[in-house]
Amino acid sequence: MKKLMLGNEAFARGLYEAGCDFVSSYPGTPSTEITEFAAKYEEIYAEWAPNEKVAMESAFGSSLAGHRSYCGMKHVGLNVAADPLFTISYTGVNAGMIIAVADDPGMHSSQNEQDSRHYAIAAKLPMLEPSDSAEAMEFVKAGYEISEKFDTPVIIKMCTRVAHSQSVIETGERIERSAVPYEKQTSKYIMMPGFAKKRHPVVEERTKALTAFAETTSLNRIEEGSDNSIGIITSSTCYQYVKEACGDTYPVLKLGLINPMPVELIKTFASDVKKVIIVEELDDVIETYVKKLGIDCTGKELFGYIGEISQNIVREKILGVKAEFKSVSEEIPMRPPVMCAGCPHRGLFYTLKKNNCTVIGDIGCYTLGAVAPLNALDSVICMGASVSGIHGFVKSSGKEHQGSTVAVIGDSTFMHSGVTGLINIAYNESNSTVIILDNSITGMTGHQQNPTTGFNLKGDPCTKIDLESLCKSIGIKRVKVVDPYDLAQCENAVKEELAADEPSVIISRRPCALLKYVKHPGPIAVDENKCVGCKSCMKIGCPAISIVNKKAVIDSTLCTGCGVCSQLCRPGAIEGGKK
Amino acid sequence: MMKTKNIMIVGVGGQGTLLASKLLGKMLLKKGYDIKVSEVHGMSQRGGSVVTYVRYGDRVYSPIIDKGEADFILSFEQLESARYADYLAPGGKIITNTQKTNPMPVITGAAVYPENLLSKLAEIGFDIDAIDALSLARKAGSDKCINIVLLGRISKYFDFSDEEWLTTIEESVPPKFIEINKKAFLLGKEE
Repeated sequence: MKKLMLGNEAFARGLYEAGCDFVSSYPGTPSTEITEFAAKYEEIYAEWAPNEKVAMESAFGSSLAGHRSYCGMKHVGLNVAADPLFTISYTGVNAGMIIAVADDPGMHSSQNEQDSRHYAIAAKLPMLEPSDSAEAMEFVKAGYEISEKFDTPVIIKMCTRVAHSQSVIETGERIERSAVPYEKQTSKYIMMPGFAKKRHPVVEERTKALTAFAETTSLNRIEEGSDNSIGIITSSTCYQYVKEACGDTYPVLKLGLINPMPVELIKTFASDVKKVIIVEELDDVIETYVKKLGIDCTGKELFGYIGEISQNIVREKILGVKAEFKSVSEEIPMRPPVMCAGCPHRGLFYTLKKNNCTVIGDIGCYTLGAVAPLNALDSVICMGASVSGIHGFVKSSGKEHQGSTVAVIGDSTFMHSGVTGLINIAYNESNSTVIILDNSITGMTGHQQNPTTGFNLKGDPCTKIDLESLCKSIGIKRVKVVDPYDLAQCENAVKEELAADEPSVIISRRPCALLKYVKHPGPIAVDENKCVGCKSCMKIGCPAISIVNKKAVIDSTLCTGCGVCSQLCRPGAIEGGKK
Repeated sequence: MMKTKNIMIVGVGGQGTLLASKLLGKMLLKKGYDIKVSEVHGMSQRGGSVVTYVRYGDRVYSPIIDKGEADFILSFEQLESARYADYLAPGGKIITNTQKTNPMPVITGAAVYPENLLSKLAEIGFDIDAIDALSLARKAGSDKCINIVLLGRISKYFDFSDEEWLTTIEESVPPKFIEINKKAFLLGKEE
């Protein structure tokens, strides 16, 4: 049946049809929906792991037990899972194993623009790159075949434009598979030096075999053109931009298997055209390889290393045609993302700003606390870096900063890799204050359950990690819970814990305002007779409040009635709301 | 071969742009076109400027629409109409909600919301069809159906019957919202 499917949904469909039994992932844009859609199939066991390393190791365990398995993550998640990645390349698999990594060129929702193809090369693993939804589904099936035939985990690299674009696919049936029997094979699965030394040559031989496979597989294909003055080598979404811009004019070598790349196929393609142009986003992975084969080509010289490519860019750089369009000369104000009206993080950030705190931040919706007017963050690096970062910051600066510095981290991020940092704080005794922003969900990626929510990926009730007990058991004696809608409570807690002479944790607890089960009191309004236009309510950066004719106005379509603004209103012009 | 047609849907995160693109995609699939619909999820959805690309034809390659390529821009907010106006193709049309939503830089006073934006766009030569979708959505019974009002508006420019559109709506929204959404569609179309 023909269906319009998101690349990630088609990927999940591929897992289903290929008989995948086990899915373990950590959410990360743009990879999240693969796992969410996979969880909708009853035949697949699917879970959210606390982080990508756990997910990958669990998926490997499933493969070892003889079941086709999958784990998925965004590009920066692969950094977290890099440790198992490099070694499961050595062990190989029992049943097929697929790892999805979703890159985000243009950084629509990411903190860096790393090119994950380097991982495939470094870990010596095959990597496939689909260019639309139909290929996402097909490549999953091909990936499992490769995984089992060549005894290797297979990486499938998605990118935002493939993951989050819907295109037409033809679905099929699931093929159930019986488990591959598990046999103890110590020299294959125990990677201590003696055995690993014997596995490395196996990996090198595997790469040779895969390179030979790359010459003939239908994953790579040459599309003829009418004009051989140029030949284009490309992959992924760039292939679509090339076809959009150039149609069938120039021959195209489309690579679906991006590591290892073929040798003869590229040489043959290059010998039939006058000039070779490489179209690839981010780094010069294909270009470097082609040049290494002694073939003259152009790539990054035209397209650069930064951001996304598009059809207009291809038209300009290859055809020499510039896009024509009418422009608006008027200055259009930016519309950056903001914390939602009613967001429980707002009250806490206001408190930190008011107390001039240095705030070591982390990854999540609360990263938005960095923007005006709150401007409440000092650093954001990666998942968990707030808790480990504050330790180094406070340890080395001592009294100068420890009374005014806090770390902020979400509940899911704390589970991901914040807890290890907190263990370090307790163990190595830094006077750090860590604030866990517990909104009872993984927010930024679109509401995924996590170990602190009490529900699993399938929506069933499950073991709920108790944050207070966890922090105490690590050795943090001072653990306090506050309601971020209550500004006085927040302020007291922050002041007390900063003044304390030992490590402490404040749990700022209130569920995300967008969660369906959260009942809001409803919009509140400004009494314009009482409003003096002091703009105190504007300090919290709520998108529902603006100043019209020198008086505050609350947008009733956005306001949830959280009541944080009313606590700031000295003339008492805003009344009501939750407190 | 039919030239690929391009519809851009722009708005503010949370306004329901994704449902509009989902419905358009479903409708076009029924008509047998090759289609690509491209969205951006994640951070920009939190009240930021959001874009969805809908492309259809005999064979669609790129998932995105580039500057100078959009046959229609379906805009949920005035400022967003202006922000993406340069994506309009020659002969293209901007269908826009007249609603204004202040972005944070305007709220904090760091920037000014330009006045008479739509007439300025018209002066430059953009073909504009403006509609107060919020009022019509309220009339239909819910602020949230702005997306369906605007879908009704763009339906004027397609040769598909009301029945086909309404069936697609029926298939895509929860049962208790079907009537409100059907009403919203017709109000958007007829206003």
